[in-house]
Amino acid sequence: MSKERHVVIIYPHPDDESFGSAGTIIKMREEGTPVTYLCGTSGNMGRNMGFPPIANRESLAKIREAELDEACRILDCDLRMLGYLDKTMEFEDKMEVAKHLKGLIEEINPSLVITYHPLYGVHPDHNAIAAATIEALRMIDPDKRPKMWARPVERNYREILGEPDVTYDVRDNFERKMEAIAAHHSQADGILGDMLRKAKLDETVMEEAMEVLGVEDYYVWDFAD
Amino acid sequence: MKPIELNTVQEQLDQFLNKPVYIHVETTNGAYASHFGDEAFNVGAYVRNAQVKYSQAKIVGAKGDSFRVGLKLEYGWVYAEGLTDWELFEGDKLLMAGHDPAGRLLVALEISETPFGTNNRRD
Repeated sequence: MSKERHVVIIYPHPDDESFGSAGTIIKMREEGTPVTYLCGTSGNMGRNMGFPPIANRESLAKIREAELDEACRILDCDLRMLGYLDKTMEFEDKMEVAKHLKGLIEEINPSLVITYHPLYGVHPDHNAIAAATIEALRMIDPDKRPKMWARPVERNYREILGEPDVTYDVRDNFERKMEAIAAHHSQADGILGDMLRKAKLDETVMEEAMEVLGVEDYYVWDFAD
Repeated sequence: MKPIELNTVQEQLDQFLNKPVYIHVETTNGAYASHFGDEAFNVGAYVRNAQVKYSQAKIVGAKGDSFRVGLKLEYGWVYAEGLTDWELFEGDKLLMAGHDPAGRLLVALEISETPFGTNNRRD
């Protein structure tokens, strides 16, 4: 793959970047490519409050913003918060969100945009921000339009969509991916439990995590103008 | 948050009697319920910053250290079940929530004289 000029990642929640694309970000940064994460919301409606709980419904947004700052420091990528409210993205005016995203994409001028797959993102916010991203890119002249990779979450996405166009095997950077995930304490502590509290990850736990998180798949979006 | 103590929370509920207050009411089983469980489907609802006035409030204990709260409005009711924890947030907002054994929020009822936040960080 040729080296990218700048990569913009557009997901709706603090931790989407780490669970979904930490390995990709790490590899892009190793190649010297700047990466900017445009994060749609502060994840204020998440139901994970930490284990043991460290947040409540009203304090969660600020806690998750701080966790995301730390994850982006670990991943060495830039961050811009877009200011939407968690769980409401599908109810926003899609073209308004698209215009907002288009402005940011034109300002940052990436060669590649990564977002969720607009149909198979599972979470409504994932699908909605991906659909708005596609509209944003459509508004950009095809000569100047960055490439787009779509990331599915649906369990059987390979059966639906076929072999991915791009696969990042991130197992050689897995410790750092887990470190970025672990920075999202309020979200990850319940899911990953004790393994995060150990200095080194237990071998069997590591293998299980790798099976789910060790490969990052994308499908190249065809704009078919 | 800390475990609900019935009398303490009853006193807190009574502080807001007959005042215009903002409420946040919510229940959720998470955005991934059907993704991880074949039998499950996603259920959730929330109301943020509806303004109400209640003339009567009662908290009642249920099984397993959880509580129900009912607020009597001029034209209706606000009800929440499964509340386990509470906190006074920023000194004056009464937060009540129910958490599962993994600490995840299942239900929330919050009352405040000023609106709850709807602005997230925007860079």
